[in-house]
Amino acid sequence: MSELPAKLVCKSLWKIFGTGAETFLNTPPSPDENALRSAGLIGAVRDINLSVHDGEIFVIMGLSGSGKSTLVRCMSRLIEPTAGQILFDGHDLLSADTRTMVDIRRHKMGMVFQHFALLPHMTVLGNVAFPLEVQGMERGAREVRAREVIELVGLEGREDYYPRELSGGQQQRVGIARSLAVEPELWFLDEPFSALDPLIRREMQDEFLRIQSVLRKTIVFITHDFDEAIRLADRVAIMKDGIIDQIGTPEQLVMQPATDYVAEFTRDVSRAKVLSAGVIMTPISDDTSQHDFAGKVSAATKIIDIAEALKDAAKPFAVIDENNRKIGVLSREDVFDVLVKS
Amino acid sequence: MSGTPIQQTKTPLLPVWVAVLGFSFIFTAFAKPYVPWAFKFPRAWQWLLKDDISRFMDWLVDEASFGVFTFTEFTRGIAWVVNLPYEVTRSLLSTGLLQGQGSDAIQLLPPISWIAIIAIIMALGAYARDWKLAVLAGACFIYLSVFGQWQSAMITLSSIVIAVPFGVGGGLMLGLFGYRWRWFEKIITPVLDLMQSVPIFAYLVPILFLFGFGPVSAIIATIIYAMPPMVRITFLALRSLPSDVIDLGNMIGCTRRQMTWKVLIPSAMPSLMVGVNQVIMLSLNMVIIASMIGAGGLGFDVLSSLRRLDIGAGIESGFAIVVLAIALDRLSQAFAKKSPATHEDEQSSLLKRYPYSITSLTLVIVTGLLGLVWGAFQIYPESWTLTTGSFWKETVTYININYYDQLEGVKTFLLLQVLIPFKRALLSLPWPVVIAILGLAGWSLGGKKLAALCIILSGFIVLVGLWEKAMITVYLCGISVIIASLIGMPIGIMAAERPKLWPFVQAVIDTLQTLPSFVYLMPVVMLFRVGDFAAMIAVVAYAIAPAIRYTAHGIRQVNPDLVEAGIVSGCTKGQVLRKIKLKLAAPEIFLGLNQTIMLALSMLVITALVGTRDLGQEVYIALAKADTGRGIVAGLSVAFIAIIADRLITAGVKRSKARLGLT
Repeated sequence: MSELPAKLVCKSLWKIFGTGAETFLNTPPSPDENALRSAGLIGAVRDINLSVHDGEIFVIMGLSGSGKSTLVRCMSRLIEPTAGQILFDGHDLLSADTRTMVDIRRHKMGMVFQHFALLPHMTVLGNVAFPLEVQGMERGAREVRAREVIELVGLEGREDYYPRELSGGQQQRVGIARSLAVEPELWFLDEPFSALDPLIRREMQDEFLRIQSVLRKTIVFITHDFDEAIRLADRVAIMKDGIIDQIGTPEQLVMQPATDYVAEFTRDVSRAKVLSAGVIMTPISDDTSQHDFAGKVSAATKIIDIAEALKDAAKPFAVIDENNRKIGVLSREDVFDVLVKS
Repeated sequence: MSGTPIQQTKTPLLPVWVAVLGFSFIFTAFAKPYVPWAFKFPRAWQWLLKDDISRFMDWLVDEASFGVFTFTEFTRGIAWVVNLPYEVTRSLLSTGLLQGQGSDAIQLLPPISWIAIIAIIMALGAYARDWKLAVLAGACFIYLSVFGQWQSAMITLSSIVIAVPFGVGGGLMLGLFGYRWRWFEKIITPVLDLMQSVPIFAYLVPILFLFGFGPVSAIIATIIYAMPPMVRITFLALRSLPSDVIDLGNMIGCTRRQMTWKVLIPSAMPSLMVGVNQVIMLSLNMVIIASMIGAGGLGFDVLSSLRRLDIGAGIESGFAIVVLAIALDRLSQAFAKKSPATHEDEQSSLLKRYPYSITSLTLVIVTGLLGLVWGAFQIYPESWTLTTGSFWKETVTYININYYDQLEGVKTFLLLQVLIPFKRALLSLPWPVVIAILGLAGWSLGGKKLAALCIILSGFIVLVGLWEKAMITVYLCGISVIIASLIGMPIGIMAAERPKLWPFVQAVIDTLQTLPSFVYLMPVVMLFRVGDFAAMIAVVAYAIAPAIRYTAHGIRQVNPDLVEAGIVSGCTKGQVLRKIKLKLAAPEIFLGLNQTIMLALSMLVITALVGTRDLGQEVYIALAKADTGRGIVAGLSVAFIAIIADRLITAGVKRSKARLGLT
């Protein structure tokens, strides 16, 4: 797989809460959890290395207290990291002065919050236009732009409503619209759907995927919901106690969990929904068309989508890549093995 | 690094207590002939702090200078800033625009007509909530005109209209500074604590000294008195904003100013409005007291009729203050709770968008013009006013003639059997014993720091030679608090146990807390004349509300699961109350006790007017003599008593909450 250019890179990023955290980190350079605890410090983010590629949805998944919110706030420098490096488009974010930082946030970053953080005294239009107002854009121009994004999130007609007149899902649409108003290059979403009830959450996830298919932003998405993570993510980072256990595509997490902790999450996942034909097929080296196939499926197809066809077919399917070349064979036994094995 | 703090508190306290109390008892009983200084602090040892303060104040006024301008010019500047808007408001509401001085003055423009003012008040009510509030507020103001209190009420209103914005604005600024800089909060918090526990009278003395006698001094005193809660509420409102909101402000790149004015303050607005309500109520509470240093209006009327013992006039003016307070309280509460606007469907006409402002403005102009033709539109005609003065007078006379023996009997019994023995017992305690016990209490409840605080503060009172007066204050306060708790707590329990009773009780205590403290004095003086007993009754009436409120609240907030667990285990109703509810509500009930003590202390100083001999009297004398040092020292002593009580109870509550696992 060809590497896309990295939009945001974290190099040995640390955030330690407590007095004397900086000096503590110098000796020894990489303390473990016990060393920190005995010094009365809390290692919220410990030695994080990751890179977010241009245009991908990068999900950071972890339970509460795992440090995921702290990590995303370090990435946007809402929280000052204790040590490490953050490269945004190759520039060191941590050495940027206040003025530059304000500029970057005003024009290149957007953030959606778990509890919406809408300003109660402003209308939907006012809230969405607020980041532009802060930049000093004049009223006419910013309202034109705000109306565009309001339409994008499907709230046209509600411009003059106040936040408390909207449902939770609608309020978060306002939050999303507001974060998109400045056309950010890097889009942070901090548990955006956690405060919504399950049905609305599902609807909002679809809406989010739709918006992303139009905009192709670089996204850092925080969630505590593993199902949400594998549903939305191009890649997932699993976080626990301030460190990342594993980074990988949803399929990699399911097929090769790096730790018991990751395996714990993936065990109950519906594999048919995560795994694609290309992962569980039996590869064939060359296009020997001696086999008699029931049909052709693309390597990216999820198992669940071909299960019905496989069930009725007596013969295996041919798996093809994007160039329409046969690269493997998918039989009922292959699928059965994977789905039953745990 | 931090060690193991848990083991330090495990000092065996019981033997220490037994030893100290035993020694104290023996010391108190037998030591008088040998160490007389422990029973009466020798005059020669006194620290003459009050003279130092008075000298310092003289120096401030006569010599102090900031280089460019002197201190006196500085205070005159402040006075000017306050006076200018006050003059304007008073002209609008009460006197009209005048040219010239005194009786030669010519009225250039009449004040706003009473009809228009009532209309404006009603419009505010309708805008803030609904027509019911409009009717209530309107009725209050109509009462003022019908009972002939209009002129005085408008003078009072204009000083409040000036004091409130200064108080709110100043409080907001200090609160913002404290929010931005932790060190500022650390400095200002103890100052606020002190300001809220120093009796109001004590403020008046230095203000009188610096600003002279007159409405401006009164307004400045009101501002200083009403500001502290606004500062606190600002801290609290900003600190309790969800962190998301602050992150939002940073994420979209707000500058500091944008953050403050566009994100923080609008988001915190509902809580801040609670602060505004507090400022208004405290300003009203100050109305009568401020009239001692020159505020005119209703407060002056009450004070002078109290001095003349003119029962009827006093009650009428006092009631006018209550009515004004109710109207302003309900209005400001409605504004605090007012839900943000809803969307408008389409652009509508100017009149439709601003119906209240336009109606009010029209009425001001129309009634103003009509008033030129027919005076009744301008000023409510005197011949239309009613008075209830004689009714009150006759009622009190009737009670005094027919129930004199009963009232006197109760009074004498309580005085002889309870008040005087209690007072004697307290006064006989040697001061080193009291200080030792306070120190020990501080140590066992809160550790070394609290013990040191108790010892230093009570030691101060001894040193400045006010020990005896302080003990009288403690005695009056203590007995009032005990009686208030004995009455208030059962009422609170009943109100909490019977949901139907609660709204009624709540309405009563809300009203009690709206009344300015002075109002309590009037009926008491009428029925019991002057002295400790009258003072005690007034203090009990004033301080009972928190005892009821906190008890009821504490019981109502007990986790219903625990109550159900009790019922399932077979508890009777009484057992549920005793063994579950009261146990868990105890910390909250103690907080109520704390509030009761604070209110009792603040009321005690006012009851000096009815002839007590405690610290309140000391402050009152200082005010009469404009003796700044004496007033401040006595005021600080009252404050220190309040602080000791507050810190001890708070520490106790914290411990018991921790033990119950409620945090």
